[in-house]
Amino acid sequence: MVAALRCVIVRDLRLAARRSSDVMTVVLFFVIVVSLFPLGIGAEPKLLRTVAPGVLWVAALLASMLALGRMFAADHADGTLEQMMLGATPLGLVVAARVFAHWLVSGLPLVLISPVLALQFDLSQELLGVVVLSLALGTPVLSLIGAIGAALTLGLRGAGTLLSLLVLPLYVPVLIIGAGAAEAAASGLGGHAQLLLLGAMLIFAGAFAPWAAAVALRISVE
Amino acid sequence: MSINWFKYSSPQTFFPLAGRLALGFGALAVLACAAGLYLGFFVAPTDAQQGESYRIIFIHVPAAWMSMFLYVVMAFWAGLGLAFNTRLSGMMASAIAPTGALFTFIALWTGSLWGKPAWGTWWVWDARLTSELILLFLYFGFMALQAAIDDPRRADKAGALLALVGVVNVPIIYFSVKWWNTLHQGASVSLTKAPTMAATMLAGMLVMSFAFWFYSIAAVLLRARCIMLERERSSDWAAQYARGAA
Repeated sequence: MVAALRCVIVRDLRLAARRSSDVMTVVLFFVIVVSLFPLGIGAEPKLLRTVAPGVLWVAALLASMLALGRMFAADHADGTLEQMMLGATPLGLVVAARVFAHWLVSGLPLVLISPVLALQFDLSQELLGVVVLSLALGTPVLSLIGAIGAALTLGLRGAGTLLSLLVLPLYVPVLIIGAGAAEAAASGLGGHAQLLLLGAMLIFAGAFAPWAAAVALRISVE
Repeated sequence: MSINWFKYSSPQTFFPLAGRLALGFGALAVLACAAGLYLGFFVAPTDAQQGESYRIIFIHVPAAWMSMFLYVVMAFWAGLGLAFNTRLSGMMASAIAPTGALFTFIALWTGSLWGKPAWGTWWVWDARLTSELILLFLYFGFMALQAAIDDPRRADKAGALLALVGVVNVPIIYFSVKWWNTLHQGASVSLTKAPTMAATMLAGMLVMSFAFWFYSIAAVLLRARCIMLERERSSDWAAQYARGAA
């Protein structure tokens, strides 16, 4: 079973490597959206420092949502998904492996590039660490919740906009706690509580979301 | 004699029952609404601090209760449909969604009408307002998903899963938003301590919430009847009904 899951992850990563422009599009979207904010609200350093964590979080949330559509669509179109469902490995575990692989190519790059963007907002060193850590804990939760939405909207008309309507309200707690971590750290309270909560959300979503997504896939494909 | 527990689980037998129940509950809703509004507007005293504007609570509070309660009921039917694969459960869940969304919208709207004189602003980013707004989005998501799927069986199941995921999320959303920011007054009515309002105000509010309950039951059953007719249009009983009605 472990071998099968490793095979799924390696396959997804290889597919992503062959179409690296897809990965780059998400990262570029993230960078551009973040860069638009100073242009829209003004480049006053004090203001930018205050809004930086929220801006980074909202942009990361939108960018990872943009990538969700690709999670199952191509495999659904060419029938690979049905073979995965017929296979001996439990579908929930396969979904978990795929979500992990998807996060590696769509969530992790955002986490890695976020310190550079945070510097544009003149964020201090210790806050920078909190923001990166909160994104590292939070973006996998976004991918896990998003997998349910992606599975539900598989093959529907206007799946992209529908997906955002389904998934964004469910993202709210992650956004609040995630952006709150840096805010609490900035106000001197320390962001530990929020980071622990994000970790709890990650464990909770990691335990249940793949199974819900597996049920959703069976509904969509049957 | 054994009771057939599943007698009303088929659209054919439930359809006439739903019609009779809808009529009864509709009549009760009109009566309770008249009584509740009379209590609210003519009997209940003017509030010492807020003047007459507080009277919006006779609509606002019951609507807010119903909006949350209906989501749970919707998730209950959705779960039942997923677990037992019954046709009627999915129809009930999709019949509840628009009424739930309506009450969520009414709660938000009346809340902002009250907020202007009381807080001096139409909208604040407070825990309850924000989570009510997100609840409205959840209802919209449910309805949009069902509307996008042509096959009714898939629409029922997909909506059911979304409703269940949503119902797990609602408390998480509520507590995260509450922790994020709060300004709303504490709950005026709770089961654990004595209410902080006059007895007539409380009576008016309770009668109004019964009115909203009855209205919801009647509206949901009427909508369920339409869904049943639409989905079962090829069956004999639906054709018979259509002939009789024409």
